[in-house]
Amino acid sequence: MPYPTPFYEKIAPLVETNEWRSWSGYKAPVYYDHAHEREYFAFRSSAGLLDVSPLFKYDITGPDAERWANRVFTRDFTRCRVGQVFYTPWCDETGDMIHDGNVVRLAADHLRVTAADPCLAWFDDLAYGLDVTIEDVSEAIAGLALQGPKARQILKQLVRGADLDRLRYFRQTRGSFGGGDVIITRTGYTGDLGYELWVEAGAAGALWDGLFTCGRPYGLLPAGLGALDMVRVEAGLVLIEVDYISARHAVIDGQKSNPLETGMAWAVDFDKGYFVGREALLAHRENPEWQLVGLEVDWFELERLWGAVNLRPKIVGRGTSREAVPVYRADGRGVQIGQATSHLFSPLLKKYIALATLKTPDAAAGARVHLEMTVEYSRYPAEATIVPLPFFNPERKRAVL
Amino acid sequence: MSKPYDAIIIGGGHNGLTCAAYLARAGQTVLVLEKRPLVGGATVTEEIVPGFHFTVFSYLVSLLRTEIIQELELVKHGLMLLPFESTLDLAPDGRYLYREADHWKTYRNIASHSRRDAEAYDDYKLSMRHLAHALRQVMNAAPPNLDLAGADRPALADMARHLTDLGEPLLRQFIQLLTMSAADFLAQWFESEIVQAALATSGIIGSMVSPKTPGSALVLLYHYLGEMDGEYRAWKFAKGGTGAVADALASAARAHGAEIRTEAPVARLLRRQDEVTGVVLESGEELQARTVVSSLTPQMSFLRLVGEESLPADFVAQIKHWNSLGSAGKVNLALAGEPEFAAFKGRRDHLAGAFSFNVSLDSYEKAYDEAKFGAYSSAPYIDSGLISMADPDLAPPGSHVMTCFVMYAPYHLKEGTWPEKREAFGQNVVDNLERYIPNIRRILVGMQVNTPWDIEERIGLTGGNIFHGELRLGQMFGRRPAAGTAGYGTPLANYFVCGSSAHPGGAISGAPGRNAARQILQRNNGRS
Repeated sequence: MPYPTPFYEKIAPLVETNEWRSWSGYKAPVYYDHAHEREYFAFRSSAGLLDVSPLFKYDITGPDAERWANRVFTRDFTRCRVGQVFYTPWCDETGDMIHDGNVVRLAADHLRVTAADPCLAWFDDLAYGLDVTIEDVSEAIAGLALQGPKARQILKQLVRGADLDRLRYFRQTRGSFGGGDVIITRTGYTGDLGYELWVEAGAAGALWDGLFTCGRPYGLLPAGLGALDMVRVEAGLVLIEVDYISARHAVIDGQKSNPLETGMAWAVDFDKGYFVGREALLAHRENPEWQLVGLEVDWFELERLWGAVNLRPKIVGRGTSREAVPVYRADGRGVQIGQATSHLFSPLLKKYIALATLKTPDAAAGARVHLEMTVEYSRYPAEATIVPLPFFNPERKRAVL
Repeated sequence: MSKPYDAIIIGGGHNGLTCAAYLARAGQTVLVLEKRPLVGGATVTEEIVPGFHFTVFSYLVSLLRTEIIQELELVKHGLMLLPFESTLDLAPDGRYLYREADHWKTYRNIASHSRRDAEAYDDYKLSMRHLAHALRQVMNAAPPNLDLAGADRPALADMARHLTDLGEPLLRQFIQLLTMSAADFLAQWFESEIVQAALATSGIIGSMVSPKTPGSALVLLYHYLGEMDGEYRAWKFAKGGTGAVADALASAARAHGAEIRTEAPVARLLRRQDEVTGVVLESGEELQARTVVSSLTPQMSFLRLVGEESLPADFVAQIKHWNSLGSAGKVNLALAGEPEFAAFKGRRDHLAGAFSFNVSLDSYEKAYDEAKFGAYSSAPYIDSGLISMADPDLAPPGSHVMTCFVMYAPYHLKEGTWPEKREAFGQNVVDNLERYIPNIRRILVGMQVNTPWDIEERIGLTGGNIFHGELRLGQMFGRRPAAGTAGYGTPLANYFVCGSSAHPGGAISGAPGRNAARQILQRNNGRS
């Protein structure tokens, strides 16, 4: 039996489906509601609330925190002001990606890292010679992602002392609510307006209750990992061990990726001086082997594929598939140029969309490729177009009032 | 006199049976001669206490080559390998380390001792996996002799290429594993004592070394070479106990036409000068064969069946110095109920896995010191499991058989003899278990104690060493069991070895048996 998160007591009675998954060993609902699309559309139309406590959280404190971050991460933390959040990958010496995650600058000498996988030993080893302390605060801190167009209005009902109207995208602030203090970051994994809320584990229940008291009038729903996995693909956000494999877990070199290949070139700052993996990445800078791209298969193509066997397209309601499928050149010769690792029919966009990793020469935006799709047990090449990521990027994601 | 066999295999242990099955499968007429009433050697299941079937000696399956399972169709011949997914290591001071099937539970259990170690554990397993992968081919082929000038140069170069392909970090690690102690090696990876101690046990199993002895890291590596269904380091219980593995091999051998005679001990070889032509049984019966293959220990194969006067002097010297002194005893318990662990009150999940007692580096070292000077360890390391949890058929319903591999037990006792000390040795094991399992005496209804002396007496493992000889660098690869035997041949024409004392070594792998058969067949093909 996986471990309960600090929200478990609140969550458990709501999980109608009884569908749970182990998320880093914690019990996490996949869907609450048998009608899966309700919680998915909550993220896009009102607001959804997701327990993100299973993320690993590390506090880096001390006068050398910024130097430490500049050594470990690919981005330039001298540019990360207090109250700012950086999304960044981090690599090993060969430039291969270990993880990606958010780093919050809580104070000049205090960073908080959230990551999908444990990395205490890695962080600690890279603290040599620096005046910093690395502390694993994963269990001490509970987290909730409040995501969707109504997130700001809901949060404003609950939290005092935080100027949410002016809090910018990837910025952090603090506030208080009936149950205590809360750290608020304007971040999330949905590509929408949203916040992540961090409290002491003991305050978790009060935060959950408070949010629902304030949020119910706005249509707030609890959402599970199934819905999250759909919106994060729409947002063009990769998932570790699905869209790329951590260099720590790769069994062969071919399974590894560097950030220039996973759509994170923008987050690699070669000008800041040394960071782990810089030398190796410099060598790949001009010609990365792979590129992360978006693929779209339009409705008419789906109709064509299923129509050939006299069916209507039968793909709605499946959620995101993490079964990788091959992508071929569109010339019909069957030359494989990569793979789509996360793909789904987007109920919002009304298209089949995929995150794919393709050979760089074949990865130009606008180009046509063939995505393998299965129709009635047989595999067919579906005409797909390479599109820039993200698939969905509403103005409200970054807007301030 | 009857028609000569193509091959006679001396000893019906799992390697002898494997070799026989492969030779018979290639169309040879094959006879296996086993001195005991049942085949299996150290791979036997026997009903010692009525209703209780003990895995008398060997108890787990990990290194059994997947090639053998497939090629000999062992599943068709009755082999069923059951999972056991957890390992519980219990320290004398009450701490424990529980590794479970679920990755994240194991992560948390290790993290309760050290968060760093919980992360390092994944990295460690991955790097050991890389090495096991690289050494796969080494396991499956005859090793080259260290004949640098001659015919083995390409093979040596091939082996070197395999190793250099590892890349610098793994090659460095490989060299560390060949030379370091398990404790020093593990201390590079882990900071917590109990994690080090738990993982170090793979470095001492069946060997007269402590984790702090240089060379023990090699034993550690050896135990990582197990592979099942594409997963390295997978341990299984055999349905029916390990004897069922031997039975499946025997069944496969018979299906291919091999003949197996039990209660047929061999007295000596039949020879014409330096050429072996058959065997003489202790009954006086003479049997002719074009090839004779021994799966016995080197001392038995050469000093006993041939005689040193008929062998080259340097070869005799090597066999005489072959280190096969036992280091462990095996105690099998019949239990009329489930053991209740003091550390795991009210829980049963760990009972389906393996559990070890007296897990601590200091404890091993003290236990080793006592054994070094000729006494069995007062607080031995005990590797254990309830085999009947995996296969309830081994004991009456609700009852259990518990296997206990006990280290250390030296072959040579300073005071008294093993027959005199056997009972006390067994009671000492129960005393130790009682500290962890308070109800053990209440449910204990029978036991069987195998000391190194018993292992030698009952199944002919000289010195009682479970691997037919220590797994140390000087006794491995082309030098197992002596220089020049790398192709499984011996100084005598038509005489081969195929037991655990041949490359790659001990444990239920079948690799020596299979490799030897392939060498013999290749040689025959070359000749014809």
